[in-house]
Amino acid sequence: MDALDVARWQFGVTTVYHFLFVPLTIGLSVLVAILQTLWHRTGNEKYLKLTKFFGKLFLINFAMGVVTGIVQEFQFGMNWSDYSRFVGDIFGAPLAIEALVAFFLESTFIGLWIFGWDRLPKRLHLASIWAAAIGTNLSAYFILAANSFMQNPVGYRFNPETGRAELTDFVAVLTNKVALITFPHTIAGSFLVAGSLLVAVALWHLIRNRDSADTPAYRFAAKFGSWVTLVSAVAVSITGDIQGKIMTQVQPMKMAAAEGLYQTESPASFSVLTVGSLDGSRELFAIKIPYLLSYLGTGDPNGTVQGINDLQALYTAQYGAGSYTPIIPVTYWSFRFMIGFGLAAAAIALLVLWTHRKGRTTPDSKWLLRAGLAMPILPLLANSFGWIFTEMGRQPWIVFGEMLTRDGVSRSVSLTEVLTSFTAFTLIYALLAVVEVKLLLRYAKAGVPDVTPDPEPDDTDDSERPLAFAY
Amino acid sequence: MELTTIWFLLVAVLFTGYFILEGFDFGVGMLLPVLGRDDRERRVMINTIGPVWDGNEVWLITAGGAMFAAFPEWYATLFSGFYLPLLLILLALIVRGVAFEYRHKRPEASWKRRWDAAIFFGSLIPAILWGVAFANILRGVPLTADHEYAGGLFNLLNPYALLGGATTAALFLTHGAVFIALKTVGDIRDRAAALAVRLGVGTAVLAVAFLSWTLTIRSSTAAVVFAVGAALALLGGLAAAKVRREGWAFTGTAVAIALAVATLFAALFPNVLPSTLDPAGTLTAVNAASTPYTLKIMTWVAVIFTPIVLAYQGWTYWVFRKRIGVAHIPQH
Repeated sequence: MDALDVARWQFGVTTVYHFLFVPLTIGLSVLVAILQTLWHRTGNEKYLKLTKFFGKLFLINFAMGVVTGIVQEFQFGMNWSDYSRFVGDIFGAPLAIEALVAFFLESTFIGLWIFGWDRLPKRLHLASIWAAAIGTNLSAYFILAANSFMQNPVGYRFNPETGRAELTDFVAVLTNKVALITFPHTIAGSFLVAGSLLVAVALWHLIRNRDSADTPAYRFAAKFGSWVTLVSAVAVSITGDIQGKIMTQVQPMKMAAAEGLYQTESPASFSVLTVGSLDGSRELFAIKIPYLLSYLGTGDPNGTVQGINDLQALYTAQYGAGSYTPIIPVTYWSFRFMIGFGLAAAAIALLVLWTHRKGRTTPDSKWLLRAGLAMPILPLLANSFGWIFTEMGRQPWIVFGEMLTRDGVSRSVSLTEVLTSFTAFTLIYALLAVVEVKLLLRYAKAGVPDVTPDPEPDDTDDSERPLAFAY
Repeated sequence: MELTTIWFLLVAVLFTGYFILEGFDFGVGMLLPVLGRDDRERRVMINTIGPVWDGNEVWLITAGGAMFAAFPEWYATLFSGFYLPLLLILLALIVRGVAFEYRHKRPEASWKRRWDAAIFFGSLIPAILWGVAFANILRGVPLTADHEYAGGLFNLLNPYALLGGATTAALFLTHGAVFIALKTVGDIRDRAAALAVRLGVGTAVLAVAFLSWTLTIRSSTAAVVFAVGAALALLGGLAAAKVRREGWAFTGTAVAIALAVATLFAALFPNVLPSTLDPAGTLTAVNAASTPYTLKIMTWVAVIFTPIVLAYQGWTYWVFRKRIGVAHIPQH
C-alpha cells in the first residue's frame, strides 16, 4: 500500500459518499418547489403540508451535501496536485464558475427560503426555492463538464514547454458530447432518487396510519413520486443508451470492460452473466443475448464492438508498455448493478401506481410496504454504482489518453498524511451518516406538520412576534 | 493591467470577502459558550447568522476555485503543502455546518450540547488555522525548484505563523462580538458590546504586533498604508463599540479585517508563495498562472456575475436586517 492507493480510496469513498446526498438535493429541491407552486396555485393546504414536510427532509440532506462538497474541491489540490497542475488551466474554470454562478445562488436562496416564510412576500418566497433549485441543477452541469473532460478531453492542446494541458476552446469543453449526455443522465438519476423518497415516506404513512386526516396528502405524494420515478427511469434509460454509444466511440475500453468482452465481435452479444479467468484475460462461462451489445454500443445490430485484448494491444502500441485495462469484475458488476437497481425502483413505482389506480385505497400489504421502503435505497445504489463504473472504467487514466492516475497524485504528501486524512474522513463520515439517517427517519415518521398560514412580513422594529422559523 | 495582476487582486478580494463574512460567523461560533447563557440565548446567537452562513462560506469555495482556475501551480503547491492544517479546517467546517442545521432538530439538552461543541471548535480551529496558513504564505515556505513543498507540519508552526493564527482568531472574536451587538436586542446585546471592547484591546495589540512583524519580512508602500489603516479602523471600531454605535463598530472591524488581508496580499505581490529553500521554487502571479485565454474567459465571467452575486447577497442581509432577541425565538 502506498500514498497513491490511499489517495484513490479516499477519493472513491468521499465522492461516493458526497453523491449519496447530491441526487436528493438536485431532485428534491425541484420537487419541493413544485409542491410549493401547487400550493400557491390551488390554495390547497395539503400541498403546503407536503412542502414543509419534504422541505425538512430536504434540508437535513442538504446540509450533508454542502459540507461534503467542500472536501471535493480541496481534495484535487491536496491529494492530486500534479493532476491539478496538469489540467488546472482547463479544469479549474468550470469549478470556479460553478461556485460563482451556481453555489452562491443555491446557498443564498436556500437561506432565504428556510428563514423567509414570514419575512418575504409569498411570491418572492416561492421564487427563492426555485432559485435554489436552479442553482443546484446548474452546479451539476459545470462539475459534469469538468468530469467529462477527464473522460473525453476536448478543447485543449498539450503544451510541451509548460508540460501541461492548456485550454484552446472553452465552448468545446462546455459542449463536450460526454457532458451534454451525462448531464441529463445524472439529473434523471437524481429525480429517480427524489421521486422514490416521496413514495417510500408516503407509502409508510398510508399503510401505518390508515385513517389519518392527511391521507389525501400522502396519497398525492405517493402517486406524484411514482410518476416522477417512472418518468425518470425512462429518461435515465434513454440517456444511458445514448451515453453507451458515445462511450463506445470515445472510451471503447470502458464499454468492453462493462461487458467483459475480451475479443472484438461483430455482431457482439450482450452478456447477462460472464465469468472470467482470475487474471481477467479469458472468459470461462457466459450467458449472452445475441446482437444486443452491438445495438447498444453502435445502434447497429451487426456493428463491431472492440474487445479488451485488442484494445490493450492497440493502446500498448500507442502509449507504450503497460496495462490499459480497468479492473474487469468492478466495471462489469457495477454496470449491471447500476442498471438493475434503477430498474427495480421503476418496477416498484409501477406497482404503487397500479395498486392505487382509479381511486383504490392503499392495500394493507406488508410486501408493498417493504418494497416501498426499499425504493429510495435502490436508485441511490444505482447512482453510486454508476459513478463507480464511470470512474473505475476510465482507469488507469485520470485524463483519458493524456495522464495516468498514478502520475496525478501529490508527490509531497506522505503516506502517513494521506492515511490520516482518509481515516479522519471515513470516521467522521460514518458518524454523520448514522446521525443523518436517524434524523431523516425521525422526521419522516413524524409525518406532515399542522400548518397555520405564515403571517405577512412585519417591518415594525419593536415587534416581538416569534420568528416563523429559527434554528 | 496584466491579467495575472487582475486575478491576483480578484483572489485577494475573494479571500477578503470570505474573512469579513465568515469572520463574524466564526466569532459568533467561538462566543457561543461565552455569551450564550442558556439555550435561548445561544439560539439567538446562531440565528443571527442562520440565514447567511452558508452563502458566506461560498466565498471560500469561490476563492479556492478562482485560485485553481487562475493559478493552478499556486493552488496545487499550497493545498498539497499545507495538508494537515487544511484537513483540520475541512473537518471543522464539516461538523460546524452540519451543527447549524441539526442542533435544533432534537429537544434533548445532551444533543444540543454536542452540537454547541461542534460549532465552537468548528469555528475556533479555522479561525486560528487561516491565520497560520496566510502568515506562512507571506513568510514563505521551503519549496523545491519544481514547486513541491519540502517542509513538514512543524515548518508551518513557526512563531510568526502562530502569532498570525492568534491574530485572526482575536480579530474574528471581536468582529463576532460586534456583530452580535449589532444584530440582537436585550441583555445579550449589552454583554456583547461590552465584551467587544474588552476583546478589542487585546486584538489591537496582537494585530499591531503581527502586522509590524509582517512588514519586517516583506513590505511595500501599499502594505504599510494598509497596515496603518487596519490599525486605525480597528481602533475606530472599538471607540464606536464603546459608545454603542454598533453599525459603525461593525464597519470598523470589517474594514480592519479587509485592510489586514490587503496588507498581506500587498506585501506578497508579485509573489504568491515565496520559497525559503530554492529561490527558483518561488511561485509568482506570473509563473503560477493559467494561460491568458483561460484568464480572459474567467475575467468575463467574473465581470458579469460578481455584481449579480453581490446584489442578491446584499439584499439577503437587507431582508434579515432586523435585530432578534430571546422573545423572537419560537418554542419548537
